[in-house]
Amino acid sequence: MTPAETSSPVWTRKDLIGLEDLSRQEIEMILDTAPQFVAVSKRGSGIKKVPLLQGRLIVNWFFEPSTRTRTSFELAAKRLSADTLTMNVQASSSKKGETLHDTLDNIEAMHSDVVVIRHSFAGSAHILAERHDSHIINAGDGAHEHPTQGLLDAFTIRDHVRKQKNDPEATIDGVRVAIIGDISHSRVARSNIWGLTKLGASVVVCGPSTLMPQDIARMGCEVTTNLREAIKDADVVYALRIQLERQAKCLFPSIREYIRLYRIDNESLKHAPEHALIMHPGPINRDLELATDVADGPRSVILEQVSNGVAVRMAVMHLLVNS
Amino acid sequence: MSLVIKNGHLIEPTAKFSAPTDILIEGKFVKQIGKNLSGDEVIDAKGCVVCPGLVDIHVHFREPGFESKETIASGSRSAARGGFTSVVTMANTRPVIDSAGMVEFVNRRARETSLIKIHPAATATKGMQGLEMTEMAELKAVGAVAVTDDGKDISSSWVMRRVLEYANMVGLTYCAHCEDESLMEGGAMNEGYNATRLGIPGLPKAMEEIRIDRNIRLAELTGAKIHIQHVTSAGGVEIVRAAKARGVRVTCESAPHYWTLTDEAVVGFGTNAKMNPPLREAHDVEAIKAGIADGTIDCIATDHAPHTPTEKDVEFQLAPFGIVGLETSLALTITGLVETGVITLERAIELMTSVPARILDLKYDKFETGVLREGGYADICIFDPKAEWTANPNEFHSLSRNTPFTGMKLRGLVKKTIWRGSLVYGT
Amino acid sequence: MLDAEAMDTALVRLAQEIVANNEDLHAVALMGILKRGRPLADRLAAHIDNMTGQRVRVGSLATTLYRDDLRSGKNVGSVGTHVTHFDFDVEGLTVVLVDDVLSTGRTIRAALDEIIDYGRPKKIQLACLVDRGLRELPIQADYLGWSISTKYEDHVQVKLKEIDGEDVVLLERSAEADS
Repeated sequence: MTPAETSSPVWTRKDLIGLEDLSRQEIEMILDTAPQFVAVSKRGSGIKKVPLLQGRLIVNWFFEPSTRTRTSFELAAKRLSADTLTMNVQASSSKKGETLHDTLDNIEAMHSDVVVIRHSFAGSAHILAERHDSHIINAGDGAHEHPTQGLLDAFTIRDHVRKQKNDPEATIDGVRVAIIGDISHSRVARSNIWGLTKLGASVVVCGPSTLMPQDIARMGCEVTTNLREAIKDADVVYALRIQLERQAKCLFPSIREYIRLYRIDNESLKHAPEHALIMHPGPINRDLELATDVADGPRSVILEQVSNGVAVRMAVMHLLVNS
Repeated sequence: MSLVIKNGHLIEPTAKFSAPTDILIEGKFVKQIGKNLSGDEVIDAKGCVVCPGLVDIHVHFREPGFESKETIASGSRSAARGGFTSVVTMANTRPVIDSAGMVEFVNRRARETSLIKIHPAATATKGMQGLEMTEMAELKAVGAVAVTDDGKDISSSWVMRRVLEYANMVGLTYCAHCEDESLMEGGAMNEGYNATRLGIPGLPKAMEEIRIDRNIRLAELTGAKIHIQHVTSAGGVEIVRAAKARGVRVTCESAPHYWTLTDEAVVGFGTNAKMNPPLREAHDVEAIKAGIADGTIDCIATDHAPHTPTEKDVEFQLAPFGIVGLETSLALTITGLVETGVITLERAIELMTSVPARILDLKYDKFETGVLREGGYADICIFDPKAEWTANPNEFHSLSRNTPFTGMKLRGLVKKTIWRGSLVYGT
Repeated sequence: MLDAEAMDTALVRLAQEIVANNEDLHAVALMGILKRGRPLADRLAAHIDNMTGQRVRVGSLATTLYRDDLRSGKNVGSVGTHVTHFDFDVEGLTVVLVDDVLSTGRTIRAALDEIIDYGRPKKIQLACLVDRGLRELPIQADYLGWSISTKYEDHVQVKLKEIDGEDVVLLERSAEADS
């Protein structure tokens, strides 16, 4: 075998906890590793599977219901030929008695290689990664980070920039991304701010002042409460899911008023550039934060986000385990 | 049987005394302070400062109810190692200290197991529910030195007003934990940039400041004395400063972690940086130091709040609030306030001895606490103000280990603690 | 070891052999193993086109995802970014794998696994520019440009115009091998 590509950069991290921790080079390494996995998923009648993680055990440990993220990780693991184990835990039953560390000790006693964890509290992946040998992938920890979502979003944006410019090496430097919605409670917003700004894009976050966390501008983004201003020069309009329960916490007055100020629909998009892509992390509240005809329209890349999600997660698992 | 402490430098703030001198102890009492004294036994305090035993008016010893975190015995060992000879234990035990029987229980456990003087505080409301007041006259009669619902604020301004009025009549000071709990909403650290990037719900400073202001205004209304616990923010210091200027009978404390750390310490999700009120920001640290320098902040208290390693070894948002403080308090004061020129060593000792004792009028038997005088009880702390050491929770005498100062280089090491003439720490 | 002219002569001969061996060129696909196998496959296809007027299908195979040294963790960090690409169904075709250097045979083993995951070719053949020996698996080339006996320490390098700006095969004997 030829000693090919020995000059390519080397992945050194055991875990993926957040995009705040990663360098631009590391993020690009993941994005550059992903296309070969996109190809695996597109094999048509062929076997949509590669043997890279054959015989490895990947545990999906989910403390929050999340069909979308969980199936994406599960599929990614399966397409890498790994054995997968999914543990759905009721957060309430985990509060008393066994600690997070205890449970992971038990999982590790079964010789897990990768543990994918989704948890409603910030920092849970971080504290596990510090102390345990398994490769930990953060699949969302409270309002902290959701790094694979940030990566798949960056990948999707880059893919489109490359197609638009017809340049397979194009970067997303200078691309402007407007993230709209509940920024306070959004790990997706945080991972996207870190990831996209590291890759040279500019990010503006927009939402009601009641759902805007203090000092978020210090993360390197612009902040506005005005939707038109946010999307005026946007190359990407990224709508976040709005949790209906927030009304009861007095964080916005009504769905009606939220729609009036922040819904992405054909009306509000008149103020965005023609070419702007529409993205959403899913699942969509149809006609609430995003109008159906926009979600299903030609500018929407929401389903590409889903497809790319599998490939990016395959790339992450492969890099963590095989490096 | 007499004991003489020789070659030490005595600091006795109430006598404005700071000079080398010897101290002769006979039995439980200080027999004589002067030059060239001799006794049956000698403690050589060369290079050390000798001062009144330290006083902490805000500690949680968890007994009864949470003896795996701390007991009166272990808490007293921890206090002795920190140079303390008198502490005021908070009343949020299980059951809470809201009756004469419960105060007597603490007193009995203290007599049986404590190395130092335990002054119990009692709750101001029954069951610490913030609804009906406790029998404060009786509580005082059996030895409660203060009333406080510490751990919680009293939500109802009506109840707070009446508690302050009644406590004042009885001659007890209310120690106020100031917190508008309706602003909490799952908050676990200071609200600000670090909370935003960590995705942890924030505790805004206004939460504390609103209630500092309310409680002070109710004290003003009723003419009662009030002591504000653990001031952390620039705004809080300012409210107290303004109230003092108006002549309100208000005193306040801050704790070593509030001038030593900021909310940066939470990055990494270490639960030993979680306490309530939370670590604030750099400009708050500066305001705390300024408040200590100008006397707005009257005294130093630790809010020693032990939790077991297991309880703290969880997700940040699930972890209990609180850190231990007795064994690092003097060193953090010397390191953070004296070495940096905020206050003199003499003033630091005053903030840790006579001032807190006088805020709650701490006495035992007929003697004033926090002073070192001929004829009084021999409660003495001997420490080397220049000695450097590294904080290591495994060496703590507390049952708990929850400190954010692990590995920190500190200056000022307690060598010996003497309570009523007996060595309770050091050899 | 081989200059541009010699390389071209060898490729013409390989193209002739492929044509001679495969009656139905419509059923032949050249699959270049990335990175340098792909330009070689394109050149072979051009030669075949010149000889017969028929365009054979050409694709690229990354093989990275099937490498046995990745899974064992021995090739730390070198995970590769090549992407397999071809726009035809391999089912029933004669697939000719094209690579620059044949050595241990492990890349070809990976290529075989990868191809078979895509479908069931009628036949798989192998064309290589240089065989430097040192085989670790029972794999042989069907079409071979040049064969040379080397040691592990020796360095064999194929440079191609499309990638490296020149056509040349270099052989550097290690000092140790000389002694």
